[in-house]
Amino acid sequence: MEIVAKFEVPYYQYLNHEGNVVADLPAFAKDTQELIKLYRLMVLNRIFDTKAIALQRTGKIGTYPSTRGQEGVFVGVGAGMAKDDIFVPYYRDVGILVQRGVKFSDILLYWGGDERGNCFASAKNNFPYSVPVGSQPLHAAGVATALKIRKEKHAVLTVTGDGGTSEGDFYEAMNVAGVWKLPVVFVVSNNQWAISVPRSEQTAAQTLAQKAIAAGFAGEQVDGNDVIAVRDRTEVAMKKAREQNEPTLLEIISYRQSDHTTADDASRYEAKGTRETHWAHEPIMRLKKYLEKLGVWDDKKEESLQTECAAEIEKTVADYLQTEPATVESLFDYLYEKLPKIYEEQRDQLIQLGGQSHG
Amino acid sequence: MAEMTLVEAVNLALAYEMKADKSVVVLGEDVGKNGGVFRATQGLLDKFGPDRVRDTPLAESMIAGISIGMAAAGLKPVAEFQFMGFLYPGYDQIVNHAARIRNRTRGHMTCPVVFRTPYGCGIRSPEHHSESTEAVLAHIPGLRVVIPSSPKRAYGLLLASIRDPDPVIFLEPSRLYRWAKQDVIDDGKALPLDTCFTLRVGTDVTLVTWGAMVKETLAAADLLSQNGVSAEVIDVATIKPLDIDTIIASVEKTGRCVIIHEAAKTGGVGADISALVAERALLSLRAPVQRITGYDTIVPYAKMEKYYLPNEHQIVEAVTNIMEFA
Repeated sequence: MEIVAKFEVPYYQYLNHEGNVVADLPAFAKDTQELIKLYRLMVLNRIFDTKAIALQRTGKIGTYPSTRGQEGVFVGVGAGMAKDDIFVPYYRDVGILVQRGVKFSDILLYWGGDERGNCFASAKNNFPYSVPVGSQPLHAAGVATALKIRKEKHAVLTVTGDGGTSEGDFYEAMNVAGVWKLPVVFVVSNNQWAISVPRSEQTAAQTLAQKAIAAGFAGEQVDGNDVIAVRDRTEVAMKKAREQNEPTLLEIISYRQSDHTTADDASRYEAKGTRETHWAHEPIMRLKKYLEKLGVWDDKKEESLQTECAAEIEKTVADYLQTEPATVESLFDYLYEKLPKIYEEQRDQLIQLGGQSHG
Repeated sequence: MAEMTLVEAVNLALAYEMKADKSVVVLGEDVGKNGGVFRATQGLLDKFGPDRVRDTPLAESMIAGISIGMAAAGLKPVAEFQFMGFLYPGYDQIVNHAARIRNRTRGHMTCPVVFRTPYGCGIRSPEHHSESTEAVLAHIPGLRVVIPSSPKRAYGLLLASIRDPDPVIFLEPSRLYRWAKQDVIDDGKALPLDTCFTLRVGTDVTLVTWGAMVKETLAAADLLSQNGVSAEVIDVATIKPLDIDTIIASVEKTGRCVIIHEAAKTGGVGADISALVAERALLSLRAPVQRITGYDTIVPYAKMEKYYLPNEHQIVEAVTNIMEFA
């Protein structure tokens, strides 16, 4: 017998949950202004999230998937991407989208049940959400193929959840990315749950990161509650994709501090106290502790940040609530570039029955 | 001008458009060195190189999904599923993404992709290689489903499909791939989509068909003319969206309608055409609409497929019966 192959899966963390530095910090993390920017974004996202849940509870939007506890993942990934890179989201990645030109009010519009919230008109380098779980990594591989054919030096990043890694499309996307050496980064936001099914019941594999190894490229784990690690590893992976056409899988680990969506009740399956145990590791407090230790953050600054972020979210909610309804014929307007003649009758019937708009 | 088969015309159209438009990329299983299992992509790799003629790993959902990403990023992928029976893993991507990315993004992102695949039975191939399940695609809003039935129409309709800004499923009747040759001019001229082709003008009955059944339908029209029955033959060509106006105008003229397709009867596109004729031309009808189709069975293996495929005599019999109705 001989061993023909051996593999390793590294784990990255710079800041532990007590806010202590445990590894040499990347360059950007030595600039406290950069860290405060990341901190502010995480706080802003959490305030938005709380507000979105309240809007759902009061009937102002529909089902909404919370990002609570995962702010470090999405803020870190978004910060690690360049403007010209292409982002192919799933549906929980608000913190990435808002760093790439998508407005919070658009996110509310989408979850409020309006297609216009999915067009990202002002943020062209972003694909629409992908609700069919795990289907979007293939689109990312396709975009990366286009970039490579056209010799454009950008890269593509896509996110899926831990449940999405069980989908065939996820494997097929990684497989082709490996064979064709595509400039793409696959992010798995491992929040430990796929609705009610825990990570341990999703796969017998020790890590999700190791799934990249079968596709012929590197996979690594990143502490998703350490926004510094998330941003750094995203930057490194994206640079490798852009410069060497080398894909990477980042398994970014956090904990879902919420139900799956507002339509879910995690108390049916999540052991009592689990969420509270994990709360000690949540990303915002961790960075706050570090900033306080550095002497660049205090209660006064915190209070002023909270007030400022809350005002920004209030404004975006107002924008959303004031959005004019779409016209009924918009049902037909984007089916094809030009509506085929046979469907004109149906459109005219709808207009006649529905008037110009439903209030 | 050169005389060629349907599959050679597919190849000619691909070569023409790849030369004319650098954003056209061909991909699929065995489309490169091997030139496709039916040779539809033969020679393209040598002409256009491995960036634009890509052998993919063997995964059909992947072929569909990456084509969607490529199309949304500005390329015009022409992807091949090796046989229609292997399109199904890509169905999720086609229905959930290709067909609706324009709608989901309010027109900010589009999907100008062509999914080509050989379809239909009658070439004695192994099981799963003989499907005619075009109805499961024609049902989907946002798609076009185009089926050529001659070398000229294969050339012109494939060019139109590649140039179309929306996703097109291009079903190539494998039974006709090498059935008959026709002169095809390589002038880059597309034929219109969403338009029926009237292959034969007649006054007594309208025969509506598409794909490989055009062969039996034309043969039936010949036999009928010997019996003094004048049949109009319409090749629907684009089964989604339907050019129903051409069919209705013909039925209003003839008063009789027989729809012929190879696919199973239940839920077939023939049912939809039949319903539209009833809705729009009932008072013109002198006899009930008839459907001559494949049975509601699994497509049989090679030895029995001749019993599954409708033949010209069944068509003649159906027409003869309704001629006597009134």
